[in-house]
Amino acid sequence: MSAASVALDDLWVAYDGTPAVRAVTGRFAPGSLTAIVGPNGAGKTSLVKAMLGLQHCSRGAVRLDGATRAEIGYLPQRAEIDRNFPISVLDMVQMGHWRRTGWFGRMPAAATRQSLAAIDAVGLGPQVHAPISTLSAGQLQRALFARVIVRDAGLIVLDEPFDAIDARTTAELMALVETWHRDGRTVIAVVHDLQQARTRFGDALLLARDVIAWGAAERVLTPDNLSKARLRLEAANESWADAGAEAGP
Amino acid sequence: MTFAEIFLDPFIEYAFMRRALVGGLALAVGAGPLGVFVVLRRMSLMGDAFSHAILPGVAVAFLIFGLSLPAMSIGGFVAGVTVVLGAGIIARNTNIAEDASFACLFVLSLSTGVMLLSVGGNALDLVHILFGSALAIDDEMLALIVGIESVTVIAFALIIRPLVIDCFDPAFLRVAGGGGWVNPLFLALVVVNLVAAFQALGTLLALGLMILPAGAGCFWSLRLWPRIVFSVSVGALCCYAGLVLSFHFDLPTGPAIVLCAGAVYAGSVIFGRYGGLVRRAMQRAPA
Repeated sequence: MSAASVALDDLWVAYDGTPAVRAVTGRFAPGSLTAIVGPNGAGKTSLVKAMLGLQHCSRGAVRLDGATRAEIGYLPQRAEIDRNFPISVLDMVQMGHWRRTGWFGRMPAAATRQSLAAIDAVGLGPQVHAPISTLSAGQLQRALFARVIVRDAGLIVLDEPFDAIDARTTAELMALVETWHRDGRTVIAVVHDLQQARTRFGDALLLARDVIAWGAAERVLTPDNLSKARLRLEAANESWADAGAEAGP
Repeated sequence: MTFAEIFLDPFIEYAFMRRALVGGLALAVGAGPLGVFVVLRRMSLMGDAFSHAILPGVAVAFLIFGLSLPAMSIGGFVAGVTVVLGAGIIARNTNIAEDASFACLFVLSLSTGVMLLSVGGNALDLVHILFGSALAIDDEMLALIVGIESVTVIAFALIIRPLVIDCFDPAFLRVAGGGGWVNPLFLALVVVNLVAAFQALGTLLALGLMILPAGAGCFWSLRLWPRIVFSVSVGALCCYAGLVLSFHFDLPTGPAIVLCAGAVYAGSVIFGRYGGLVRRAMQRAPA
């Protein structure tokens, strides 16, 4: 698996002039497994969306190396997909082959076999033909992971993959993330559980609009840094209120 | 009256009834699948705005060219696309929300159309264009409707894969790329279909055959294809039933067809297998 890297160069994201992400510079190394951590409103999802090209960067640039944007295996937040959409688990996972089939191409038998194998791998074998609206939150997340497997991407970006998911599903899906890491894929995930970030991820990026710390997880997620992140965000909120949200690019 | 007298004779004896039926069936085949996606994309109210946006274009063409079908259809299409694009541009570049932007332009175009028709035409023209006249469909009109619906079905088959992905998970499609054209194509298909339907159902009711069967389908299946088949079948049945009712009881055709679809919708809301009122009540109070 040829791993890809992502370099961020003075990246800013702003909504109506109010910065959500400020001056982020750094690099997700090829083959790294990084947790993006930060208090609510720290700009984690904005940063991820800017990397994917889903969010306009008001300044700076994202540079991908070893993969194009279209090749990124992306897991969106569950809130962003239509959970009542009338399709089966298999049809949903088959979407992962979109780059190969395009608008009209036939779905090769080998591609369908890959999808079925991916569905088995996430433990949804019995539900393969079930409509997605009948799945629990955890099962739906498993199905979305199966779609990421099918994409076979060198760079994988997961937005809150374990949010509101039961412990058993979280453990199994985390194990899957670790196999991706062992395959040499670059994996970036927005994570809320600090314990999980500290013990299961090699690297961490602690964000509070700007970067508080970025590096080996156990050195980044120290009590000092975490309280610094909280204070930074509170201070930022107050200063925006005081200054009438005029700062920023 | 015998069975044949009620259900078959109107179509055997009268050519205008046959043309209305064929036109209605063609509309059901094209509008059914589109309606399913209009509902899935939560665009039902926007679709309403589109159908009214057609009116000023139809009115201008009518005033210039008289009751010329191609001119009115082209006028309606141009006006519809202009309002759709205009509302989108206004919403993106100003502070107004998208739905409000559509609603504002839609009442504007509706009143413009009514004003033009009232000043330039007569009351009968206005009623004809607002509420349609399925029984006045002539061969030329029928050819246009069937042509539009044939193109719609083919185009729908070509865009369904990216359309499904875009509805279900738009961010996925944007990251993976290659689906940029699907939304404008879909909107164009909706507008073209509303133009085709306005001849039979009028601009105020054109959406009825698209939305009501699709809305009813949500209560009967959690899968896409059954919903599409349901939509088309219900639409076709309602066209037939509406025509029979309007023939025997001297009712206006467009509202009769749409009300038939409305009856199916009401039945689905009450008795629907998924999320219908009775089902819900039974689930809350298990016997």
